[in-house]
Amino acid sequence: MLEQKDIVNEMKVIVFRLQEEEYGVDVHQVKSIERMQHITRVPRTPDFVKGVINLRGVVTPIIDLRSRFELEEFPVTDSTRIIIVVVGDVEVGLIVDSANDVIDIPLNMIEPPPEIVGGVEAVYLQGVAKLENRLLILLNLDKVLNPEELKQLEKMAR
Amino acid sequence: MEMSQYLDMFIEEAKEHLQEINQNLLLLENDPNETGVINEVFRSAHTLKGMSATMGFEDMATLTHEMENVLDLIRNQKLLINDHMMNLLFQCVDSLEGMVVSLSSGGDGKMDVTQLVHQLKSILSDEPVSPVKKASSLPNIENSFQPIDLSFDQFEITVMNQSMQSGHKIYYINVELREDCILKAARAYMVFDSIENSGEIIKSFPSVEDIENEKFDRSFKLVVITKKEKAELEQMINQISEITKAEVISIDPNQYQKDAEIQETINIGDTDARKSDKSSNHNEKKVIGTKTIRVDIERLDELMNLFSELVIDRGRLEQLSREIGHAELLETVEHMSRISSDLQNLILTMRMVSVEQVFNRFPRMVRDLAKELNKKINLEIFGAETELDRTVIDEIGDPLVHILRNAIDHGIEHPEERKVKGKREEGNIQLKAYHSGNHVFIEIKDDGNGIDKNKVLQKGLEKGLITEKNAHLLDDKQVYDLLFMPGFSTAEKVSDVSGRGVGLDVVKNKIESLGGFVSIKSEKGVGSTFLIQLPLTLSIISAMLVQVEDEKYAIPLSSIIETAIFKKEEIMYAHKQQVIDFRGRVVPLVSLQNVFDIPKSNTNQEDEIPVLIVRKGEKMAGLVVGSFIGQQEIVLKSLGKYLTNIFAISGATILGDGQVALIIDCNALIK
Repeated sequence: MLEQKDIVNEMKVIVFRLQEEEYGVDVHQVKSIERMQHITRVPRTPDFVKGVINLRGVVTPIIDLRSRFELEEFPVTDSTRIIIVVVGDVEVGLIVDSANDVIDIPLNMIEPPPEIVGGVEAVYLQGVAKLENRLLILLNLDKVLNPEELKQLEKMAR
Repeated sequence: MEMSQYLDMFIEEAKEHLQEINQNLLLLENDPNETGVINEVFRSAHTLKGMSATMGFEDMATLTHEMENVLDLIRNQKLLINDHMMNLLFQCVDSLEGMVVSLSSGGDGKMDVTQLVHQLKSILSDEPVSPVKKASSLPNIENSFQPIDLSFDQFEITVMNQSMQSGHKIYYINVELREDCILKAARAYMVFDSIENSGEIIKSFPSVEDIENEKFDRSFKLVVITKKEKAELEQMINQISEITKAEVISIDPNQYQKDAEIQETINIGDTDARKSDKSSNHNEKKVIGTKTIRVDIERLDELMNLFSELVIDRGRLEQLSREIGHAELLETVEHMSRISSDLQNLILTMRMVSVEQVFNRFPRMVRDLAKELNKKINLEIFGAETELDRTVIDEIGDPLVHILRNAIDHGIEHPEERKVKGKREEGNIQLKAYHSGNHVFIEIKDDGNGIDKNKVLQKGLEKGLITEKNAHLLDDKQVYDLLFMPGFSTAEKVSDVSGRGVGLDVVKNKIESLGGFVSIKSEKGVGSTFLIQLPLTLSIISAMLVQVEDEKYAIPLSSIIETAIFKKEEIMYAHKQQVIDFRGRVVPLVSLQNVFDIPKSNTNQEDEIPVLIVRKGEKMAGLVVGSFIGQQEIVLKSLGKYLTNIFAISGATILGDGQVALIIDCNALIK
């Protein structure tokens, strides 16, 4: 960590909201932010998989992050956004309540995740950053998009 | 230097060169006098050596370097080709291929090549057997050594004769370095340098390159054209330190010309016509080569994606222009539509690759297998230029290998057996590819033993695939289809070649997954033919679009038998399963709404039910849909890496309005 600090001591994150809380994902993992559009349902998938969209010719799966984290359902509003994230060779869109901020977080302000934060299971978290009066939850997308888990959930859905 | 960006290019090119070497070695094996071919092999090996050395793949460079040395001797007719040598060279190619495969799968391409290098070296150290040895018997005993390994081509002889006429002399020089000489290459360079001040070196043994790399023992030999006298030359060379001996003898190139002429005449005759034929072929190839560029398939996919965006906008424009009804606008939009469909065709054809890519590796495989099984087999290839979609090409190799192995192992008989039957000793396998309509056909035909129907039936009975009762009712096609059933093999014993636990069922599955079919024709004692039918491209298919409530789905036409509309009262129940009577057959109904949990949007019940009759092999099912939208060409898209193995969904497509429609996999719906 010390060596890294000399080179990069800040992390740029995209900030989005989910049920009154602020989350962040590393800007390197975000491909684009899209407005809400028609989603084609894919049958026999877990509830949080809302379906697929046509993202400039590429069929892209869409996950409702609220239902992924087992939060309350929320109606689509003008500020609803789809954040297209890329993790490895997996490209997925995440439905969030709103997304409107890009900030730099000094790495030394990131703390390990507490056991339980706002109902979201700790495994999905990379850390928590406290910035003045804001508390930012940094997501571990590798865990959120773990295909193995998706398979298990699919089996349960059947 | 960071090399990773060149790695892909390296792998692609290395594969091509290896393919080239393989092919040419096969040619060489059939006709060892083919000097043009050996030059090709040498060139490919040389390029490979350079490439791999640049990239830092030492093992590959070492092996190709040793190969090059052997090939060089063959090329200069100092080594005669024999079986052992060919096998060794083939082994080297295999090892090189292994290294390339390792690299392409993310490995470091390292391999222990010491054994092979050692074997190659032992070939080199063998006493060179060569027709040129005759030169040693020529009267040239003016010195203590003889230029035994001299041979000149016609060009060199002409040059030397002309130089002699203009008062130059030709010398053959043997230079020996002191045993403790440290910088051999540097000394050699000094010798070269001083000679070149007063004459021209036209040949050196070993090659200049090897000398520069210190790849020689203590002595090297030169052929020099100069005006200087013998003694002058000797003195000049002896002035350079660390040189023990410099012997100079004058030679008459015409003495060596005879040898060259003899060799020429050997080559002239029946091979000559073929030779010129081949060289013109090579030329043709090269011309084509310069006109093409390599494009990453992903870039083409990207282009295709961007283009489908355009198509969607085109649809929207067409609609708008119709609504507005402005004549000039209509005309422009129409023109644009035409151009864009031409463009679409063009992009599609860019994905087409000739099937040669796959066929190329078969001659080698057939050779090896035939040797292993002690059979004589001639492989004929037709229509290698036939083009197929890149994705199909990538997938079709394995099934073809399997069928070919089958033909060689089970089909073609041993030479003695063939003789007894009055056939030619050499078995024949034809591999044909051709276009027909919207399909490409690949045919593998052998003149072997054919398939024993009774044996197949017996095996089918044993495995319980058929019953005694219906065994005699099966027609030929149905019997042969048994061969494609899982776990079916007629081989009495599991041989090393086939019977590796994968049967023809795997072949069938693969081909069907590509949207193709495979069938067998066979006559006992005469031979068998496997016929594979493949779609031209996988990226665009014809499909029926249907609507169920608010959702649209696409069903590939290839699995639809026909569309039909049934009345509610025509539906019957068989053990709680809805069935219909379709031309005398009881066909089960499958409701898309139920299978896919499609939410109901309107409650009004229709009297008539649209049904798609679909099939999976011989089985049929009726797919109950909401309504038919119509037939359409659709561009296949994958659902991506995240959503894999979705039940009964094989992919997606983008409709004219920009929305995604899922493609139904009927095979999964029929049990």
